[in-house]
Amino acid sequence: METNEKKIENVIYGINGPVVTVRNSRSFSMAEMVHVGKEKLVGEVIGITDKLTTIQVYEETTGLFPGEPVEGTGSPMSVTLGPGILDNIFDGIERPLKEIEEESGAFIARGSSVSSLNTKKLWEVTLLVKEGDFLKGGDIYAQCPETPVITHKCMVPPGLEGTVVKVYPNGSYHVNDTIVELKDKKGKIHNLSLCQKWPIRTPRPVAQRLQTTVPLITGQRVIDTLLPIAKGGTAAIPGGFGTGKTMTQHQLAKWCDANIIIYVGCGERGNEMSQVLSEFSELIDPKSGRPMTDRTVLIANTSNMPVAAREASIYTGITLAEYYRDMGYHVAIMADSTSRWAEALREISGRLEEMPAEEGFPAYLPSRLSEFYERAGMTDNLNGTNGSVTIIGAVSPQGSDFSEPVTQNTKRFTRCFWALDKSLAYARHYPAINWTQSYSEYFTDLDAWYKEHVGEDFVRYRYSINGILQEESQLMEIVKLIGADVLPDDQKLVIETARVIRVGFLQQNAFHAEDTFVPLEKQKQMMRMILLLHKQARRLISAGVPISSIVATGLFDKLVKMKYDIPNNKPEMFDEYAQEIEDTLSHIVTN
Amino acid sequence: MLIDYIGVKEINGSLIVLDDVEDASFEEMVEIRLDDGSIRQGRVVQIDGKRVVIQVFEGTRGISLNNTRTRLKGHPMELALSPEILGRVFDGSGRPIDGLGDIYPVRRADINGSPINPVSRIYPRNYINTGISSIDTLMTLIRGQKLPIFSGSGMKHNELAVQIARQARISDDGGDNFCIVFAAMGAKNDVAEYFRRSFDESGVLQRVVMFLNLSNDPIIERILTPRCALTAAEYLAFELNMHVLVIMTDMTSYAEALREFSSSKGEIPGRKGYPGYLYSDLAALYERAGMIEGHTGSVTQIPILTMPNDDVTHPVPDLTGYITEGQIVLDRTMDNSGIYPPVSVLPSLSRLMKDGIGKGFTREDHADLSNQLFAAYAQVMDARSLASVIGEEELSPVDKQYMEFGRLFEQKFISQGFTENRTIQESLDLGWELLTALPREQLDRVDDATLDAYYEPAKKRVASKTVQNSTAGEEKEG
Repeated sequence: METNEKKIENVIYGINGPVVTVRNSRSFSMAEMVHVGKEKLVGEVIGITDKLTTIQVYEETTGLFPGEPVEGTGSPMSVTLGPGILDNIFDGIERPLKEIEEESGAFIARGSSVSSLNTKKLWEVTLLVKEGDFLKGGDIYAQCPETPVITHKCMVPPGLEGTVVKVYPNGSYHVNDTIVELKDKKGKIHNLSLCQKWPIRTPRPVAQRLQTTVPLITGQRVIDTLLPIAKGGTAAIPGGFGTGKTMTQHQLAKWCDANIIIYVGCGERGNEMSQVLSEFSELIDPKSGRPMTDRTVLIANTSNMPVAAREASIYTGITLAEYYRDMGYHVAIMADSTSRWAEALREISGRLEEMPAEEGFPAYLPSRLSEFYERAGMTDNLNGTNGSVTIIGAVSPQGSDFSEPVTQNTKRFTRCFWALDKSLAYARHYPAINWTQSYSEYFTDLDAWYKEHVGEDFVRYRYSINGILQEESQLMEIVKLIGADVLPDDQKLVIETARVIRVGFLQQNAFHAEDTFVPLEKQKQMMRMILLLHKQARRLISAGVPISSIVATGLFDKLVKMKYDIPNNKPEMFDEYAQEIEDTLSHIVTN
Repeated sequence: MLIDYIGVKEINGSLIVLDDVEDASFEEMVEIRLDDGSIRQGRVVQIDGKRVVIQVFEGTRGISLNNTRTRLKGHPMELALSPEILGRVFDGSGRPIDGLGDIYPVRRADINGSPINPVSRIYPRNYINTGISSIDTLMTLIRGQKLPIFSGSGMKHNELAVQIARQARISDDGGDNFCIVFAAMGAKNDVAEYFRRSFDESGVLQRVVMFLNLSNDPIIERILTPRCALTAAEYLAFELNMHVLVIMTDMTSYAEALREFSSSKGEIPGRKGYPGYLYSDLAALYERAGMIEGHTGSVTQIPILTMPNDDVTHPVPDLTGYITEGQIVLDRTMDNSGIYPPVSVLPSLSRLMKDGIGKGFTREDHADLSNQLFAAYAQVMDARSLASVIGEEELSPVDKQYMEFGRLFEQKFISQGFTENRTIQESLDLGWELLTALPREQLDRVDDATLDAYYEPAKKRVASKTVQNSTAGEEKEG
């Protein structure tokens, strides 16, 4: 029977862009990975009827003939998980771009059959189990140093359990070498190597999800103080072109306190990816003294690379993130940009002639978005470790209009919304996060952590700062109509203080050595100074001192520049500043 | 095995459908011979078993169900390449139209190209000096960048493109390794002629390759024009190691051609009727700019697009802005008030400039100065909108200074002659001099050391100039 079945070869029937159809086949399963054509282009089954099987191809289809063979692989679209992922750059379906370059040169050729992980490299493996141990899914049986800063842990694939019947000695192994043999309940022996496969569209299971109560520290003032994000949280960064989405993502990737960064360049610019590559390898992580790339994975599916692989790249990224989470790491994944991914969905949906919903996007866009963002979280893993996946997704609204479907649906499923603002970007106020339009649902969730680790006053300050900014935005409505001159002095003070907050605090210079990352303690002290000046000035004004003479002291301008003038490692200088504020202002009174 | 397929099954817009075709491959070229002896070219765009849909570049006018013989060429659309293409003029699908005969090809290349491996790219860092203050100082063009001009009908984008092409100098290069690829998609005959004449006058015509699909040429051919141009550019840059500047005008016409093609294929339309894959399609063109490891050449793109109704949120400028590394936006009000080039500073941007300017490239104060100019000009806009409500007289003294700065900035800095070629030093110094119209404490984007080094000397220069001017004036009067 079996030989008979093999004779029925599946061949290409129709071709339309990245969509290929096969007629009269019953051998494929939904979401199965297939090889298309003589060049064995990678594809995935996306639709089956009794007459027609529809396949999306992850590579250019130019030059394919009807009648070329289509072979199933029997398993869904999967990625290989094992040591060698870090410090690497992959395309959307986990093919290493460096090896592709060696194989086909500077331009990507089709049908590259390089394996995802380097199979020739030897890893120094330490075995952690002994014969007779009972292992269940997720349990760690071996580890090896993957990079100088990250230890890779080999885990039993979820779903598999059994008794260890053979353990190989510690030593050097290739990624595909068997190091443990496991006998399951039915008596079948499973050879465990350093790597495993996992289907990209299936979330890796966890023991339980935890509440998100620990912030992801980013060193960016506007985020850490006004719009914080939790480890295991989700954030969306919407913004029109030129508002600095990518710059903000880069800053977060460089400075946030996650153990591992996964940066997905999804349908974005090639030059940007080469910038990330060169910057990250030059950038030394202050905590470990090693290059950033030691804890980074890049997934680059630039806008001109095949659109179906762009759709897959987001899932590839999140699967890698979950894998490292299972080892007990805190992982942050930056997806730049989810709109390009949504457009890939739309493009393929159009080729399938599906009935479009809003703006031509398929009706399943919201469910796909929620499936993706729900894979974030702080979790207890199957093996008892604790880790998190934080998702930060950029959104590129068409026509800079936040009411378009991708932005709106993303807003429903993320808990931080960092809206980038055109007018701030035009004034080169970066990060151009608009503090009135943006919100963070973690703001109060994280209060307890901040109180315990940075001090109770930090939380108090940030409510005060927020209050001044809100008050200013209301006053600005009036100022726009009649000018600032007619306001009473106490309201002018609000505007002046808000200016210091905007220019001196919220605006942050990514190219300034001190200002690019600011520790929480300094953020707190900066807020303290601004609020101190505000409080003292308000007292003087209520005593009848005109605001012009307070402004004339130059204290406001001094505070605007304190972000540059006070180094990150000299918080004691703030006390001098406080003294100066007190002295100068008391001098005004004696006058 | 060459088979002629006689007749067609269906004709729809620019598409014809053949039945019972053996061995057609996707995107293969076809040749269609009509009974009257004329030959048209086409491309396979869809295959369903033996039913093949072909796009005819020259249009289907005159084709009936039985007056054609169609032959499959067995390869995708290719362009003949050799160093001889420099100085030649081609039509939109790459056939010579200057009467100098066919190109004897060194090799042929698929016009669709292949994506550049992101790993193989060199991050572009060297700036191109265009001699235009607003561009050099505020949105510096970098070698290997794609920087479009967002314009509208009737504005001076062509002049600006010509001025850039004429004045562009690469800092560390003698200039003899520089060439221009010009692609006209649906451009008016006058526009193409204007470019040709301008290249001729500046003596660079021998270094220009032109691909012309004029507005009365077949629309479907327009889809091929930028692909041919970029294939030629890649050949010149990555095989002959030249620095290539690609000027493509007008991308909006290109996108419209794509829309027409898509709708005749019966595809589901996205925004404003443009196909859902417009982003990917535009990206496949724009991403062909860059520099790659192991080659000294570069492809720099300046696509020009006219925004319908000057609307920057229209799908074409919108998607372009998301792909390209910045944009130069032209402004109709400034154009009307006679400012050339009418560069609207605030929405314009060069994403790559931050790493291509400063010490070792232009001058150490460049980044600070441009930040400050942007910030100050944004303030000018606020002051102007306030002044339009309460009148300029009622403004605070600081706002009045901003108004004055705004006027000077537009008249002296942005505005410059069509043949005026300013060095980067001149532009930067001029920027500082204009900033002296503002009090020092308003300059909050710059640290004190830089202010001491540049703001104060500029102040002295301005002061001495005013003295000279006033004494000169007195002498005249005297």
